Amino acid sequence: MNPMTKWSALALAACLPMAASAHKAFLVPSTTVLSDGDDAWVTVDAAASNDLFNFNHRPLPLDNLLVTGPDGAKVEAEHVAKGEVRSSFDVHLTKPGTYRVALANSGVSASYVDAKGEKKRWRGTVEKLGEIPADAKDVEIAQYDSAVATFVTLGKPSDGVLKPSGHGLELVPVTHPNDLYVGEAAKFRFLLDGKPAKDLKVSVLAGGTRYRNKQDEMTLTTDANGEFSVTWPTPGLYWLNAALEGQKPTVAKAKDRRLGYTATLEVLPQ
Amino acid sequence: MRAPILIACLALAAPSAFAATAQVSVEIPRLDVAEYHRPYVAVWIEREDRSVAANLAVWYQNKDGKDAKSGKSEPGTKWLADLRQWWRRSGREQTFPIDGVSGATRPAGQHQLSFSSDKAPLAGLAVGKYKLVVEASREVGGHELLSIPFDWPPQAPQHLSAQGEHELGALRFDLNP
Repeated sequence: MNPMTKWSALALAACLPMAASAHKAFLVPSTTVLSDGDDAWVTVDAAASNDLFNFNHRPLPLDNLLVTGPDGAKVEAEHVAKGEVRSSFDVHLTKPGTYRVALANSGVSASYVDAKGEKKRWRGTVEKLGEIPADAKDVEIAQYDSAVATFVTLGKPSDGVLKPSGHGLELVPVTHPNDLYVGEAAKFRFLLDGKPAKDLKVSVLAGGTRYRNKQDEMTLTTDANGEFSVTWPTPGLYWLNAALEGQKPTVAKAKDRRLGYTATLEVLPQ
Repeated sequence: MRAPILIACLALAAPSAFAATAQVSVEIPRLDVAEYHRPYVAVWIEREDRSVAANLAVWYQNKDGKDAKSGKSEPGTKWLADLRQWWRRSGREQTFPIDGVSGATRPAGQHQLSFSSDKAPLAGLAVGKYKLVVEASREVGGHELLSIPFDWPPQAPQHLSAQGEHELGALRFDLNP
C-alpha cells in the first residue's frame, strides 16, 4: 500500500460505522440557506477530525461523492481538491430547492490469515471478494453501508432529495434540514432498509468542541416509528450520527453488517 | 339646503372614514462604524402562528451588484437570507421584486409607511391578534428583530412603540379606526 492509498483508507475507515478510530467524519457546507436566485455557490469541506468542525486529521476521499439537485439529477462537484487535512469542492446551485451532498460507502470488508500466517485486512465490493486468496484461513467478512451527508437550500426548500432510497441506514427529516432554528424542536426519522429503525441511539454534538471543556453530546433514542426530536440549545453547525452493527447481512458470505449515518446540520439563530 | 350637501360630503368621505389606518415609523440609527452599509430591512404582519399575514416592506439592494475585487455580478437578493426570520416566513416563497413591497435600502433616519384597510396589503386582513415585525440585517454589522403585538381592526386610536438597541432605533406603530 503506498502512503497515499494508506491515508485514504484510514480516512475512509473513519467514516465507516464502528471503526476503531474515534475520528469523526463530516462535511462542512459554507452556507446552507441561500437567496441568490438561480446562480449560487457553496463550498464544502470533507474531513475526519477529532474536533468538530476543525480539520486536524485526514481528508475524506471524494470518490463516492454524490450531489443531488432538487429535481433528483446529479450535480457535478466543481473545483475538487484534496489537501493534507481536508478535501473540498464547490457546488453550483442553479435551480431553487434543496440539494443533498453525500459521501456514501457500501461494500464488504474482510480479515483473514494468509498462507504465510500473516493477519490481513481487505476491503472492496462484493464482486471483488475473489481477491481474498482461496487458501486464506479465519476469513471474517462484514458488509458495510455508511453515509456522510449534508443539505443546502437555494430559495424555497423542497423535499425531493429527502426521500429515502430504502437501502441502509437513512435519516428522513420530518422537520426540513434547512429549517432548523435555536430553541425549536426538530423531528427526524431513521430508517433501516426502508423500515423504522427503532431504539436506535443517535448522537448529536454542536460544533466548536475545541473551544469547550466538555463534548456536551446529546444522546437520543428513536421510538417505535424510528423518530426522535432535538431541541437545539445554541445556533451553529451540529454533527448527528447513528451507527448499528450485528445486523443481518444481505451479502451471502458476510457474517456481520455494520451501518452508519452522519449528517451536518446548520441551526440558525432566531 | 345644507342637509343634502352635508349628506353628500359624508357619502364622499365614507370609504376613508370607515377605513382603518396604520402608520409605521422605522428608525435606522446612525452608526459610527468603520465600514457602514445600509441595512436590509423587512417589515411584515405576523399571525399568532407566526405565518405572514402581510408583507409591508422589504428594503434591499434591488439592482445586481458587482463584487469589488472580482468584478463578478451578484444579485441584490444574495443577502436577503440574512433577514433570516423574514426569509424563512415569507421571503423564500417570493419572486423578486415583490410588487408594492420591494424597495431600495434606506439611509439612517426615520422612515414612514402608511397603510389603509381598504387597500393592499391590509385589505382583507381578518379580525384577530397580530404582531408587527421589523427585522434588520446589516452587511458586516448586526441583526435585530423588533415586534409589536396588536389587535386588528383597531377599536380606538393606538400609539404603540418599541425600541431597538443597535440595528434599529425607535419603532412606532400608530393605528386609527
